[in-house]
Order: sequence, then structure tokens, then C-alpha cells
Amino acid sequence: MSTMKPSKPLSFAVLGFGYAFLYLPIVLLVIYSFNESKLVTVWSGFSTKWYWALLEDDELINAALLSIKIALMTATAAVVIGTWAGFVMARLNRFRLFPLFAGMINAPLVIPEVIQGISLLLLFVAMEQAFGWPEGRGVFTIWIGHVMLCVSYVAIVVQSRVRELNRSLEEAAMDLGARPLKVFFVITLPLISQALVSGWLLSFTLSLDDLVLTAFLSGPGSTTLPMVIFSRVRLGLNPEMNALATLFIIVVSVGVVAGNLYMRSVQRKRDREMQLAFNQA
Amino acid sequence: MKSLNFSRWFPSGRTTVIGVPFLFLFVFFLLPFLLVVGISFSQQQLGIPPYTPLTKIEDDVFTLVLNVGHYKFMLGDDLYFATYISSVQMAFVSTVLCLLIGYPMAYYIARASESARDTLMMMVMLPFWTSYLIRVYAWIGILKNDGFLNQFLMWLGVIDTPLRLYHTNWGVYIGMVFSYLPFMIMPLYAHLVKMDLRLLEAAYDLGARPWKAFVQVTLPLSKNGIIAGSLLVFIPAVGEYVIPELLGGSDTLMIGRVMWDEFFNNMDWPMAATVTCAMVLLLLVPMALFQHYQAKVMEEVK
Repeated sequence: MSTMKPSKPLSFAVLGFGYAFLYLPIVLLVIYSFNESKLVTVWSGFSTKWYWALLEDDELINAALLSIKIALMTATAAVVIGTWAGFVMARLNRFRLFPLFAGMINAPLVIPEVIQGISLLLLFVAMEQAFGWPEGRGVFTIWIGHVMLCVSYVAIVVQSRVRELNRSLEEAAMDLGARPLKVFFVITLPLISQALVSGWLLSFTLSLDDLVLTAFLSGPGSTTLPMVIFSRVRLGLNPEMNALATLFIIVVSVGVVAGNLYMRSVQRKRDREMQLAFNQA
Repeated sequence: MKSLNFSRWFPSGRTTVIGVPFLFLFVFFLLPFLLVVGISFSQQQLGIPPYTPLTKIEDDVFTLVLNVGHYKFMLGDDLYFATYISSVQMAFVSTVLCLLIGYPMAYYIARASESARDTLMMMVMLPFWTSYLIRVYAWIGILKNDGFLNQFLMWLGVIDTPLRLYHTNWGVYIGMVFSYLPFMIMPLYAHLVKMDLRLLEAAYDLGARPWKAFVQVTLPLSKNGIIAGSLLVFIPAVGEYVIPELLGGSDTLMIGRVMWDEFFNNMDWPMAATVTCAMVLLLLVPMALFQHYQAKVMEEVK
């Protein structure tokens, strides 16, 4: 069936162009972070001085530490709530208000962030008026906002994983007398652990990167890394930002590629073991 | 029918299990939005909060004051109208460009060898994991008058004077396509990869030319992927703030920007709330479509 195969040259051309478009800007950014000149787009010699400048930039370092702290808090909370919601989506989806529930899970995936930002801010302001809490805006309000941003992603990853699960293991545990909660923690949760890990990592990076929602929900003294980056790049190119971006890109790329390879090997191993177990049964 | 059995596993706890995430989403997603609708009917004032309450009880009389002034102002103002049209148009053009670049990419990834597919898809997703802000920033150096693209084109001799791309709508289009391309490719790929290739074989056997087979077989089969991808790009693009702010010009009109300015620069919260309500109204149909599509995908997995 040679006519079935798409033409090789065309395929290479399309994918080559596509990936060049996706990666060229990032490659240029990385190369020019080693440029000595303050004019980012004019090469004048190799230098690592912008990396050293980062180390002395207290504003940036403090903002980065705050961002990491919020990202850790966000990822953890988002995985707990998102897994819970995802499980309900997959297994308990026969209640009357389910369409509303599914809508509230799906909508945040696409809704423009400015809408979510102003809505949550007005909620917090109204709450402060009514109960005197939360007092002003800061880490807590940013945290809630970021959790809202990430819960949907986690819920969707988890629900599709739960739907694929082979029920026989859970049913066996039930037959052996385990209570539902125990079944969930001992059987279901380990089976979907891969989804939890990717949900956690995705939430961590989404939180670390968020600008718009944070701008609405932050107060004095809670300036995150993207807010600092944005306020600087708004004025144009900045070699120090190139250096920061390069560090960021390296960490994320290594993390994602390593995570991907690891997950694939785990998946293969699990598939093999499951196969063996079922063959013996 | 199995999921019905499962619900019996939670004789008393079922409501709690559903209730907790439901309440969380209700309080932090739906309720805030209802507040926005409320505040869009109030009046700006100096103080905390910077808007007037809608209701008050005075001498045992309950009064509800709805100020429709902001809506009237918005409908009568040419600039707002132009901004809405411009946002929709920019989002639409970006979506079409994403589709034109994303579809062939998704198509060839789906037809690549099984071992190459995972790697190719990971390479599509990888930029999505790196900072969005940084990726948009990366384009400043390329699009500027003395940036890489103009340097390159002038070196080739294609142009003598630099193209003006940075701080124009073109910059915004490029930034949008670059940022949202993975969202277009993912659903397209998901549909194209699971397509039954025997259908194409049949079309060929019946004498269809490749182009005709594509239009009559492949394209209709990937319809849902096209709809999903387009919505995933179009809806957030309408309210985009960062890309027009960094790459667009001062004449690039987008609602997200107007709303941001009303809020942060003019401190007019009620007006910002009104702009937000109008934005949601505009996105209601695409959002409903997206919801419908997502529900369908979930049914398919079962």
C-alpha cells in the first residue's frame, strides 16, 4: 500500500518548518543570553556576565523564592482537589447537577484569565467586607487563584486515567471486604499515581508562570517572579532576562524529557506485569 | 451500568464525596462571577471597596439600586465597539493561522512511525511547559526593527528597509500563533491518530485521488478535532492581555487590555466588571460549544 504513505519530502518540509517556528525563538534567546553587549540583538562577544548579574539581583531572587513557594503550595493543593474532582467526574457522574459540575471543571481551561482574575478579586474583596477575612491580598489569595487555574487540568488528566482503569482490581479488593475509602487509597490511588505526578508538575509550572491572575490577586509585598519579569520586559529587551529565561528553559526541558522517559519505562513495566498477572489468573 | 453499581459503594458518603469539590468550584468559580455581574451594576466611589453597594435597608425599606449607566456607556461608545470587533477579529485570524500551520503538522505526526510519534508530540508539548511569558518575550528580539528577522532578510537582500512588525498587529498574530499552536495540534493529533486507515485504503481502491480522499475522508473524520482545537485557541485569545501588551502597538485594540486599564489605571472597578460581563456574553456560545464537545469526548472514552 505505498499510496497510503504520505509523501516523505512534504512531511519533512512541514514538520521542519513547524518545529523551526516553535524552537528558533527559544534557541536565539539562549544563544544571545551569552552575548556580552547590552544590545541584545547585536553580538559582540561571549560572556557569562548576565548570569552573574542575576545572582546579585535581590528583587529577582526574592520574587523567585516567593514564586517557588506558591508553586509548591499550589501544585499540592491542586492535586488533592483535582484528583477528588476528577474521580467524581469519572465514577460518580450520575447526579442531577453533574452538567454544572462538568461545566465548572471545563470552563477554566479556556476562559480568559482576566475574567477569572477580576472575579476572584471581587470575591475576596466582598469576603473581606463581610467577614473581615482574608485581610488584604497576598500569598493566600494568589494561592487560591492558582489552585483554581490548575484544578481543571488535574481533574481532566485524572478522570481520563480513572476511566481507563481495569475495575477488576478494585472489585477484587471489595470482594475481600475492603471499605470503599480503603480501596481508593490502597488500590485506586497507586494505579493513577502517574496522572497525579503529571498533574502536580503541570500545576507547578502553571503556577510558576502565571502573570495575569497573580496581578489581580497580589498585594503589597507579594511580588512574584513573572510580575518582575513582565515589568522589565515591557520596556523592551533586557539581557539579564535572557539569562534568566535560559536557566528556566534548561531546567524545564531536562525535567520534562527525563520525566517523559521515566514515565514511559514505568508504563511499559506496569503493562508487562499486568499482562503476566492476568495470564496467570 | 457498572458506574451505577459503584455508587452503592458510598451509601452515606456519596453526597460528601461529590459535595466537597462541588462546593469548592462553586465558591471560587461561579460565585465570583455572579459578583462581577452584580458589581457591573454599581457605581464607582472613593473608598474601600471602590464601588457602591447595590442594596441597602433604611427605615425598614429595602432598596435595590441597579446602575445601567456602564452598559449604556459601553453600547454608545465607538471605542468599545471597535475593541470588541477587533478582539474577535484578531482571535479569529490567529485561530485560522493556527489551523493552517497546526493541521499539516498534526497530520504528519499522526502518520509518522509509531516510535517517532511520541517524541514528536513531546516536542510539540515541550514549549508549552516552558514559561509562556518568556516565549512571548523571545519574539521581541526577532521582530524588532533591528531584530533577527530584519537583519536576516536584509542580509538576504530581500528588503532594504526593515519591516515594522514589533508593536503592530502582525506581532500579535505571530505571538498568538506561536503560543497557542500546541493547543491546536493536541486535539487534531488525537483525532487523526486514531483514524481507521482502512477507510482511506477503501477510498483509494475505489479510485479516489489522494487530494479527494483527504477532503472526503480524512477531513470529515477530524472535524471534531478541528472544532476543539479552534475553540481552545479562539476563546482564550479573545481575552488575551500579555501578547498584545508586549508585541502589539498602542493601536492594537483588545478587550483584555481595555479591561486591565479600566481596572489598574483608571481604578474603575464597576466599568471593568461591565467590560468583563460583555466579554463573557461574547464567549458564551463558543464556551457552550466547547462544553458540548468535552462531554462528547468523555462519553467516547467510556
